Amino acid sequence: MKKALTVLLVFMLAFSLFAGGQQEGAAEGTDGGDEPFKVAFVYIGIPGDLGWTYEHDRGRKYMVEQLGDAVETTYIENVPEGPDAARIMRQYAQQGYDMIFATSFGYMDPMLEVAQEFPDVYFEHCSGYKTADNMSTYFGRMYQPRYLAGLVAGNATESNVIGYVAAFPIPEVIRGINGFTLGVQEVNPDATVKVVWTNTWYDPVKEREAAVALLDSGADVIAQHQDTTEPQKAAEERGKVSIGYDSDMGQFVGDTVLTSPIWNFGPYYTRVVREAMNGEWETHQFWGGIDTDIVKLAEMSPLVPQPVRDLVDAEREKIVSGEWDVFWGPLKNRKGEVVVAKGEKMTDQEMLNMNFFVEGVEGTLDD
Amino acid sequence: MQLVFEKRKAVSRRAIVLVPILSFIVSLILTGFLLLAFKANPFRTYMAMFIGAFGSWSNFTETLVKATPLMLTGLGVTIAFKLRFWNIGAEGQLVFGGVAAAWVALFWSPFLPAWSLLPMVMLVGMMAGAVWAGIPALLKTRLNVDETLVTLMMNYIAILFAEGLYYGAWRDPEGYGFPGTKLFPEAAWLPRFSGRAHVGLFIAIGIGLLLWVAMNRTKWGFELNMIGKNKKAARCLGVNVKRNILVALLISGALSGLAGVSEVTAISHRLQQGLTMGYGYTAIIVAWLSQLNPIAGLFVAILMAGLLVGGDQVQMMMGLPAAMGLVLQGMILFPMLAGSLFTEYRIKRIDPRNSRAAESNEELSV
Repeated sequence: MKKALTVLLVFMLAFSLFAGGQQEGAAEGTDGGDEPFKVAFVYIGIPGDLGWTYEHDRGRKYMVEQLGDAVETTYIENVPEGPDAARIMRQYAQQGYDMIFATSFGYMDPMLEVAQEFPDVYFEHCSGYKTADNMSTYFGRMYQPRYLAGLVAGNATESNVIGYVAAFPIPEVIRGINGFTLGVQEVNPDATVKVVWTNTWYDPVKEREAAVALLDSGADVIAQHQDTTEPQKAAEERGKVSIGYDSDMGQFVGDTVLTSPIWNFGPYYTRVVREAMNGEWETHQFWGGIDTDIVKLAEMSPLVPQPVRDLVDAEREKIVSGEWDVFWGPLKNRKGEVVVAKGEKMTDQEMLNMNFFVEGVEGTLDD
Repeated sequence: MQLVFEKRKAVSRRAIVLVPILSFIVSLILTGFLLLAFKANPFRTYMAMFIGAFGSWSNFTETLVKATPLMLTGLGVTIAFKLRFWNIGAEGQLVFGGVAAAWVALFWSPFLPAWSLLPMVMLVGMMAGAVWAGIPALLKTRLNVDETLVTLMMNYIAILFAEGLYYGAWRDPEGYGFPGTKLFPEAAWLPRFSGRAHVGLFIAIGIGLLLWVAMNRTKWGFELNMIGKNKKAARCLGVNVKRNILVALLISGALSGLAGVSEVTAISHRLQQGLTMGYGYTAIIVAWLSQLNPIAGLFVAILMAGLLVGGDQVQMMMGLPAAMGLVLQGMILFPMLAGSLFTEYRIKRIDPRNSRAAESNEELSV
């Protein structure tokens, strides 16, 4: 017994020695010069997913490039959505981070909880709707570039079946599917968009399986709302084309990716971090369109013919100039009921709550 | 020459204390080499993990938050394992308990006085967990259906059932379509005492102590032990094996169900994603490492929770990839589980010429 205790004590002593050593080291490191503004990012996936988290991390790096030594950033990857995320955010706040970005909708409630505990820390939540004095939301009108991508896909399909690998049946994803389908139907009223839900943002295996199932059922173009390039790779392997998402997936997969609706978070991150550093930051709900560059359509593949490129440019110009937008009436749901009358515009509130499919979508939804 | 595992006739007290500690040190050394391969300082990494889990009161409360469901599910699994009933369905029982708790909290509140809502939520949640564990127990005792498969499969049913509810019928109509129910009324919230740590912890500790007394000082505990050691002998001595299995599993499920109740009523205040964090599976490790001792189980649950919470620091402080945190957890546990095997068994070289002598001992072939 005594021996056991001795071993335990020696062990604990060793531990505490190292503890002392480490704290000393840390103190030395922060001497000299101004404290940098510390920013932490909470990621749902890994920066190597080449999709959603890749784009956020590119945004982070862009921001660091712009602001230089004045900021210090870190990130944590693979954080599950739900209450557990609160622990991660609280730890960052306790470690003296000045600003925390959380990049998935499931972080909303945990972030609100932590934001109320740490009124001096700035919180930014991507894709949610709840705010506080020190918590804002940011997102982009991805349905706009998705509509443009739909024009490309509707033109490319020969079987008139377009497969769409989708994450969760939530308004964000539904908006994307509808915007895309409206684009498809604009150039090809006979084409349908077949949706398969994976119920995950990030699961390379599931994403690929869903794409393969869609290809097997006759789809010859694969679009997606996921975090990785797997659906694109599945299409390429079958000699079919695809529409990417999140990042310019053509870079990673090849010319079979006709184009991709993409995110561009860098300028936004730079702006809000600078505002927070200068004390000019105010609670906001940023939902930027294609005119703000937070969402874009990637460079098109050489496989896209010139007339389609011209059409996309013309439609893009209409959206940027405010002459027209994707969810302006007349708009019918897939049951044939009029959702937005002619001459009317869907409000942001309605778009954020969107829970129906437009004509041309095939898939399960409680609508 | 031949090597066999021989069951030790008596396990020395010294071994019970020393083996886990030595195994833990071996774990740290082995893992240290791995960290060096990733150019990370092992001491700093361990220190970061330790501080993350136990370094301050607020960090420790987060460890307690995770320890609470691990204690409850760990105790539930312990009861079942005592009978050699391989209940690996604690996860499903937890989820089903959470679902039932949400049902009461969301839909019964107009009909109940506020003070009675939380007790009712807990009671119904425990009953739901008990039902979820009772089904495989009935199948086992009536039809001799293998419990391992049934309990495992029922996890998926419970998880998908819960998803179906918060994506569909129970989805908050004002939640912008996000999956998750409405917030529960505050009368159904299990109180927190510091940070997010909640009174479920004290309930779990109380149950652990009670269970220790029940298992070691009562006729019921004696019967459980006997059934676990030798079913046939127990039956011959007039112990009602079937009834005991059923009762034990109802309790086992009720405890896991209570874990689900405390997760939804104290932590998330709604039914949503993130209820299944794998506590029901980690519970199996808790039960094994505690050698099915409920009091040891409480401490092991806190250590496991510390390992889970500290694991995040591998990323946050050390900048190592997320997968590294999981690898560390696995590498720290593995020698400890192996070590616990050696407390009960020893490796013996036997000479085939003398193999008779060996046969007389209880053996476990390699």
